[in-house]
Amino acid sequence: MAQAPGKRPLSPHLEIWRWGPAMLVSILHRITGNGLAFVGLAMLLWWISAIAGGPESYQTFLDWVWLAPNGGLQVATALLGKVVLVGLTWAFFQHMATGIRHFVLDVGAGYELEANARWSSLTILFSVAATSVFWAFVLLR
Amino acid sequence: MGNGTSIGRVRGLGSSHHGTGHFLSSRLTAVGNLVLIPFLMVSLLLMPSHDYATVHAWAAKPLPATALILIMINTFYHARLGIQVMLEDYVHEDGGKIAAWLFINFVPFAGAAFGIVSVVRIALGGA
Ligand code: HEM
Ligand code: HEM
Repeated sequence: MAQAPGKRPLSPHLEIWRWGPAMLVSILHRITGNGLAFVGLAMLLWWISAIAGGPESYQTFLDWVWLAPNGGLQVATALLGKVVLVGLTWAFFQHMATGIRHFVLDVGAGYELEANARWSSLTILFSVAATSVFWAFVLLR
Repeated sequence: MGNGTSIGRVRGLGSSHHGTGHFLSSRLTAVGNLVLIPFLMVSLLLMPSHDYATVHAWAAKPLPATALILIMINTFYHARLGIQVMLEDYVHEDGGKIAAWLFINFVPFAGAAFGIVSVVRIALGGA
């Protein structure tokens, strides 16, 4: 931290807290944002460069991430691929909802305890529902 | 940093005056994401199949190719700004700070450049 010696003022309550919807979505916003950044953007680059590389490289991408036609290690990576892709869609919807919540808080609205807790809970409800609808659409059509 | 007087010990520990620009850029790029990422997801959802021919033909069209390149610029920049905030919260040693500074100033731009080259290659022929 900053090198100033001696005592500087600290919040007296750093260890006194309990779980609540607002602090849950606050840390979820960070986790999902960084998950999207590190995992999501890596997947995006793998996908787009595999397409750019031609039919064979795109097939390699599909085989490792989803299809696993050759068995062996691919069975594990394709299972992981499905978990990651579903996880990324959830992370996106959660981060999008809490991001919009940030916009509301930025203009100074939504700080009343009840409203804050309600909208925080609703972001989670939204992300779970949107992820379910998205994948139902992918798998059922 | 000074080590004698009280004022000498706190000089240089204050704001670097880059915060407002960072805050606004992260909001601006967030609005960009709000348009671009749903566009990508809905496009993927509506594709008749995800084989090479379909996906390649889609990405080669002007509108999707433009959106993909904008994602490489806007979303990578949004992520770069966000990762910086995360690292500022958790990395406190000088060595780690230098590593973090190198990371956020090289890796996102390298990734974005690689993504743009890929989209251009798809859109303008090549493979
Ligand atoms: C386990 C407990 C906690 C966790 C996991 C946590 C996590 C976080 C995270 C991830 C952020 C940044 C994300 C965002 O802005 O939405 C944040 C911001 C913040 N937290 Fe916490 N926090 C905790 C406890 C506390 C406590 C006890 C306080 C106050 C006494 C506090 C005060 C703040 C403030 C003021 C900000 C906003 C800072 C800014 O806008 O730059 N947090 N917290
Ligand atoms: C609808 C789309 C999105 C919206 C509305 C949005 C909104 C936001 C906002 C407002 C912040 C700032 C939060 C704060 O100041 O504490 C933020 C942080 C962040 N965003 Fe996004 N975002 C979106 C999409 C994305 C995507 C696609 C990625 C990654 C690929 C991403 C990565 C991040 C990261 C890493 C942070 C930093 C989180 C932290 O550590 O505190 N975001 N987002």
